[in-house]
Amino acid sequence: MNIEAIKSIYKAEMHRMKRTLLQSVISPVITTSLYFIVFGTAIGSRIQTVDGVQYGAFITPGLIMLTLLTQCIANGSIGIYFPKFTGTIYEILSAPVAMTEIVVAYVGAAASKGLIIGLIILATASFFVDIRIAHPVMMLVFLVLTAITFSLAGFIIGIWAKNFEQLNIVPMLVVPPLTFLGGSFYSIDMLPPFWQAVSHLNPVLYLVSGFRWSFYEIADVNPLVSLGMIALFLAICLSVTAWMFRTGYRLRS
Amino acid sequence: MPSSTEPTVAPVKDAIVSIRNLTKTYGNGFRALNGVDLDIEKGEILALLGPNGAGKTTMISIVCGLVNPDHGSKVMVGGHDVVRDFRQTRALIGLVPQELTTDQFETVWNTVSFSRGVYGLKPDPARIEQILKDLSLWSKKDNMMRELSGGMKRRVLIAKALSHEPKVLFLDEPTAGVDVTLRRDMWLVVEKLREAGVTIILTTHYIEEAEEIADRVGVINGGKLLLIEDKAALMQKLGSKQLRLELTAPLGAIPASLADLGLSLEDAGRTLVHEYKGGEGEERIGALMAGLSKENIHFRDLSTRQSSLEDIFVALVEKKDDVGKTTAVGMNAGEKA
Repeated sequence: MNIEAIKSIYKAEMHRMKRTLLQSVISPVITTSLYFIVFGTAIGSRIQTVDGVQYGAFITPGLIMLTLLTQCIANGSIGIYFPKFTGTIYEILSAPVAMTEIVVAYVGAAASKGLIIGLIILATASFFVDIRIAHPVMMLVFLVLTAITFSLAGFIIGIWAKNFEQLNIVPMLVVPPLTFLGGSFYSIDMLPPFWQAVSHLNPVLYLVSGFRWSFYEIADVNPLVSLGMIALFLAICLSVTAWMFRTGYRLRS
Repeated sequence: MPSSTEPTVAPVKDAIVSIRNLTKTYGNGFRALNGVDLDIEKGEILALLGPNGAGKTTMISIVCGLVNPDHGSKVMVGGHDVVRDFRQTRALIGLVPQELTTDQFETVWNTVSFSRGVYGLKPDPARIEQILKDLSLWSKKDNMMRELSGGMKRRVLIAKALSHEPKVLFLDEPTAGVDVTLRRDMWLVVEKLREAGVTIILTTHYIEEAEEIADRVGVINGGKLLLIEDKAALMQKLGSKQLRLELTAPLGAIPASLADLGLSLEDAGRTLVHEYKGGEGEERIGALMAGLSKENIHFRDLSTRQSSLEDIFVALVEKKDDVGKTTAVGMNAGEKA
């Protein structure tokens, strides 16, 4: 195991986050604050509570998930795509580093960034609403597993993408609708039966539901099912990554 | 890459890089390398010459692990297989790529330190400082890469390649687009590395560089190694020399007594030209001088000319083109090679 290589890549990636502090940290915090103002104040004044939880507090887990998914996919994909784009990937591919070590370093860094931002948003939310965390350990388990899974998904996108447009398709066009329609801002009990059934096809529903359960013990689906679904997404991402490495897909001719 | 079709050629003793039956066909069907066999001796400087698309970069990329070889190829570095034992082989190799590929937003110090880390070595600030000083980069250590000139970036790429103390250094067209001073500095560094026992393989379009610095010269074209030869022996074997005598009075024909000496007349008989291969001319010049004196032929000036490696290279590539028309295929079919 080339521990020094993992440390070097991880450090360089985290250093990149420091270089782009405004974009990496400040921007998601401002965006989330805006969500609280718009949804929490404007809509919250009409809805009051959902399943006995104040609306502003109810949407907090969903907002953290929205940012976590977007940030992890964005960081995971740009981390590996940027060296591909500039050509500096040659150095990593010609170094005595196994592909698993490359994944651990890049995905670890992307997940760390996502977690840092997720926790900052949690802290920001506590300024707006009363946050209560019923199961802190499970909250961290959901947070960490989701961060790793979606950073890995971002890594796959970064290897697959041939240009910046492809790089942005998933985080810009796929993640936001899934998150908005995955119960981030409402309980699916509030939907007509047909749309409740459709919502169960949305993977983000399981993430948000499980994560919200760890806060308020209310969930759209059983928390164990949520955990199982995250494990399934992680297994799918790991399988795709393993296939990419075995074939050298878009990395080695 | 173990397989039932493994070549059986035994590696040459003391070869730090051993290549057997190296073939590479890209996904678009372009065959960049076609059965190359090559042994690179420990501590030598080998210059690989060839036109664009000849296969030089593909060969280097395979040895360094950037490109996968075709089934049946075998590449060993330091006695290890580059695919199966990639950790051992890559730890021995430093690569300076052709393109100026750097992280523009990183400092010189950080980018060189990063390289040492990805090769699995613990940080060694003293070593990095020494490398930066050797390459006249110390004053730029805190500069971002984007603030450096092209030549300085090239130096940084060399510093990165040296950061993990490699035993084999690949320089892929290292002097393309650099000024004379940097080129001279670079060759001083190369000379120092050779003294330290580092094996250096360089590809270049500047044949005079190969002539100046290399111990051996290889010529690649159309994915094949046309020759690999000790530079001095190559110059001796394939190089030609020319002695030109400006005569005081024009000659109508070469006298019969001088007919065996390989003479010809130019400028309407006013210039007598004697051509000979390296190593065979000394005694013939004596005979020529004696013969001219005997025939009462006088000259008012003389000049000599020796063919360069470039002449030899051009002759080899053109000969190959005439035979197989392979260059046209190689040059048009893919930039990767």
